Amino acid sequence: MIKNRTNYSSRKYVVIMIFSIVVLVLLVKLFMIQVVDQSYKHSSDNNTLRYITQYPARGKVFDRNGRLLVYNEAIYDLMVIPRQVKKLDTLDFCSTMNISREYFNERMIKARRYSTFSPSVFMAQITKEEYGMIAENLHKYQGFYFQTRSVRNYPYPIAAHTLGNIGEVSKKDLERDSYYKSGDYIGKSGIEQFYEKELRGEKGMKIIVVDVHNREKESFMDGQFDTLPVAGKDIFLGIDAELQLYGEKLLKNKTGSIVAIEPSTGQILAMVSSPAYDPNELVGRVRSDNYTKLLNDTLKPLINRATSGVYPPGSTFKMLNGLIVLQSGAVTAKSAYPCNGKESQPIRCTHSHNSPVALHEAIENSCNPYFWETFRDMFASSRFASAKEAYSFWYDHVLSFGLGSTFKTDIPSEVSGSIPKSSLYDKVYRGVWNALTIRSLSIGQGEILVTPLQLANMAAAIGNEGYYYPPHLIKSFSDGSAIDSVMTTKKVIDIKSKHFKDVKIGMCRVFEGDHGTARFSKIDSMQVAGKTGTAENPHGDDHSLFMGFAPADKPQIAIAVVVENAGFGSQWAAPIASLMIEKYLRGYIKNTNKEKRFLE
Amino acid sequence: MSVDRGLLSAKGKIMTARNNIVGKIDWWLLAIYVALVSIGVSAIYAAAFNEMHPSIFDMSQHYGKQFLFAGVSIFLGLIIMLIDAKFFNAFAYIIYGLSILFLLYVLVGGSTIAGSKSWIQFGSFSFQPSEFAKFGTALAVAHYLGGINTDFTKLKTQAIAYGLVLFPMMLVLMQGDAGSSLVFLVFILVFYREGMSGKILVIGLVAIVLFLLTLYFSKWYVLIGLAVVFAVIVFIIEKTRRNIWGLIAVFIVSAMFVFSVDFFFYKVLKQHQRTRINIILGVEKDIYGVGYNLHQSKIAIGSGGFSGKGYLQGTMTKYNFVPEQHTDFIFCTIGEEFGFVGSFVLLSLYLALLVRIILLAERQRSAFSRIYGYAIASIIFFHLMVNIGMTIGLLPVIGIPLPFLSYGGSSLLMFSLMFFVFLKQDANRMNIL
Repeated sequence: MIKNRTNYSSRKYVVIMIFSIVVLVLLVKLFMIQVVDQSYKHSSDNNTLRYITQYPARGKVFDRNGRLLVYNEAIYDLMVIPRQVKKLDTLDFCSTMNISREYFNERMIKARRYSTFSPSVFMAQITKEEYGMIAENLHKYQGFYFQTRSVRNYPYPIAAHTLGNIGEVSKKDLERDSYYKSGDYIGKSGIEQFYEKELRGEKGMKIIVVDVHNREKESFMDGQFDTLPVAGKDIFLGIDAELQLYGEKLLKNKTGSIVAIEPSTGQILAMVSSPAYDPNELVGRVRSDNYTKLLNDTLKPLINRATSGVYPPGSTFKMLNGLIVLQSGAVTAKSAYPCNGKESQPIRCTHSHNSPVALHEAIENSCNPYFWETFRDMFASSRFASAKEAYSFWYDHVLSFGLGSTFKTDIPSEVSGSIPKSSLYDKVYRGVWNALTIRSLSIGQGEILVTPLQLANMAAAIGNEGYYYPPHLIKSFSDGSAIDSVMTTKKVIDIKSKHFKDVKIGMCRVFEGDHGTARFSKIDSMQVAGKTGTAENPHGDDHSLFMGFAPADKPQIAIAVVVENAGFGSQWAAPIASLMIEKYLRGYIKNTNKEKRFLE
Repeated sequence: MSVDRGLLSAKGKIMTARNNIVGKIDWWLLAIYVALVSIGVSAIYAAAFNEMHPSIFDMSQHYGKQFLFAGVSIFLGLIIMLIDAKFFNAFAYIIYGLSILFLLYVLVGGSTIAGSKSWIQFGSFSFQPSEFAKFGTALAVAHYLGGINTDFTKLKTQAIAYGLVLFPMMLVLMQGDAGSSLVFLVFILVFYREGMSGKILVIGLVAIVLFLLTLYFSKWYVLIGLAVVFAVIVFIIEKTRRNIWGLIAVFIVSAMFVFSVDFFFYKVLKQHQRTRINIILGVEKDIYGVGYNLHQSKIAIGSGGFSGKGYLQGTMTKYNFVPEQHTDFIFCTIGEEFGFVGSFVLLSLYLALLVRIILLAERQRSAFSRIYGYAIASIIFFHLMVNIGMTIGLLPVIGIPLPFLSYGGSSLLMFSLMFFVFLKQDANRMNIL
């Protein structure tokens, strides 16, 4: 069976040579790191290395004027590595720590169960004072050491919904992102959550040599392998802390919300949801107790009504209908329509005024028949072949104001509200419907639902005469890095600016006209444009609504106010909006009598 | 043939087999094997030591289990010694086919452990078919090339031989286990011994150098360097002008290779594989992400110094600084506790094992046994090179075990199987005419 071919057996030397060379290379490298290079020998038999995570300072949050809203306060976690705990005088330890023997046992068992090698938290969130006491004696307790952590602190007790809070990472977070280790903090809601990546910074790692007496001796290999933590970015919000504070005071003991936007940028100036809570309540060891309390509160203070409360816009929606019918060409600003007051059909007027009325007076008097009739005429216009076509013209324009969808910016817990699609009516009315069937849309009732945020944005878009920037919270990062372009992209509405000018005139007359529904909320030497609304609420008393902006020609603030179950818009929402506007533009309230009834 | 006679002859066979074994077994080789396995169990004892279960026989601990695996391996060796030596040659293709089936099965219904879908679960026991495939491929290649009518100088023969290796290699690669699939490349040494052109070996070496250079530097620098080298060669041989086109062809092929390496690295490799390579090359530094293992392992080995900290005295080892220390990073324990002396002894043992297998392979009368011997020596060699190379930062962190030492039944049993089959072939060599 021996084959008689070319004999390659001498090639065994090549193969053996390859084996030997590789083994030699490995040995040379081993000689280098084990014998030549002394740096690895720093950890002698009695020394161990301790890996200390260097937590970066979480970014601070400021308001638009640089007022500090959120900062960090140092606290200390006492860590334990069960494996390194040796010759511990438990009694002495417990008395220094001021804990019971039972507590000690319980914590040690828990730590040991987690890992005997890896550090776990023995006692969390020790204050500076306690820390000082214990640190002096720490050398006696092998295997224990301190780790500095920080908690959030809020100098102003405001904007809890917007700022959100941080908490320990959940199991899910740990699985999703390997950056986090058990016990780390993560943004749980609000901008803490949205800007988690920017705020958190990057953790660093310090490796130190620890001797048998638990004394930290030196940096391992001169810190060659240490990494420095990178502090998180600071964030400047568009919020005006004073205005926010004032808004929260105005809504105290009421249910509702205020949203104020800077129309030229889309930045939120104030976002109030009432009832609110103090963000400091959700910090530290009291966090979980307070959280449960807030969660069980029947008024649901944890819900941000400004972004997730939905309301029928009522008369505030009439501006949109005015703009759309003008744009359709079926009606001009001069076209006048008769009003029979309470006798009007099919929708009655709730105000008494002259007849007939054109756009300006119709807005001033919030005349229901005018808006129904113009809506009907638009549907009847020869421009549209069918009711469906007219409806889609109306629908597309309504959506272009940002209604019916979320803005998808950094604002937490937004809901989209609802603007009905024509298919809904096809289904309900089996395809047979016309302007009359859906007439309640003409006065902002019916199937329309908007959030206060959307309402404020609508005001901004009208104030800007045809465009808006998606409303957002952030103003800038401390390092000047760019904010998401979604928030800086201008949205243009396909309606001529002259129509906006006409609607604005009407909105100014709401304050200035003899019959204006907000004439009692007028501000001295300031031209405010706005519209009140009273939204029918099938679940109880009507909601009081307002939306508007000021100054009318070049608005610096656009605002929406909703006070739940408070009745007429002119009674509650409009005066609150007027105070907010004055506070923002003037810095104080000239006639303090106006605010009295809200601040008591 | 009557029943009695059959029984008698079977008995006779066992008797002769036993006589052969005791007389013909290469005791040196076996001694090295036993030494390596013992070092493995002791090192795992040190690495995974749990003070609450100090007994090395404690079956709830890694060391207890490994001790059990070692016992099973010896028992397996005993059985192989009793099986007819021709069995493995005769059943080579069936074993190969079986290993391919396992690989295919794993692609469909395997369990994912540590990121690669390469395990088959039998109750609480999991086994890695890629380990078995190495054994199957060694047998198949040895059987094919060892055939009477096989002529390795023929192109068709070469193609089939390469195919036998590349097929399981691709399947393992498809499981996402790039490390294990690389092992199959080492068959190039076997082919070389059987008559493959030495040029291919050289080309392979050049390819590895170009590969590393491309990763270290931009592909454009490598291309410029290549161009310069070729220009110099052209300049030197200018007078003769021979082979200038061949040279250009070689240059173009090299350039294409550089481009494809670049493509492979940035498009085919996954991010974690890229990161591992980058850390080895020093392009990235990341001591508590992917680089953590490597960094820890180097400290552990380096802190061993010349003579080590002593058995069970390794602080890095004791305090679990090196993850996966009982498996792929088992060498750390030896490096830390026995220092350079220990590393030297261990590597010498491995080298002795490899050289011994090669020398024994050369004395085989059967081509099958010789080729098989080369195959297992090459496989052990590759594992050794990559595993120790990774623990000391010479090679990327590729999760393949250190033969006979790393924790894991699948790995220890497979290497033992491969080893004992060769030992049996060698012991039986005189029975082959």
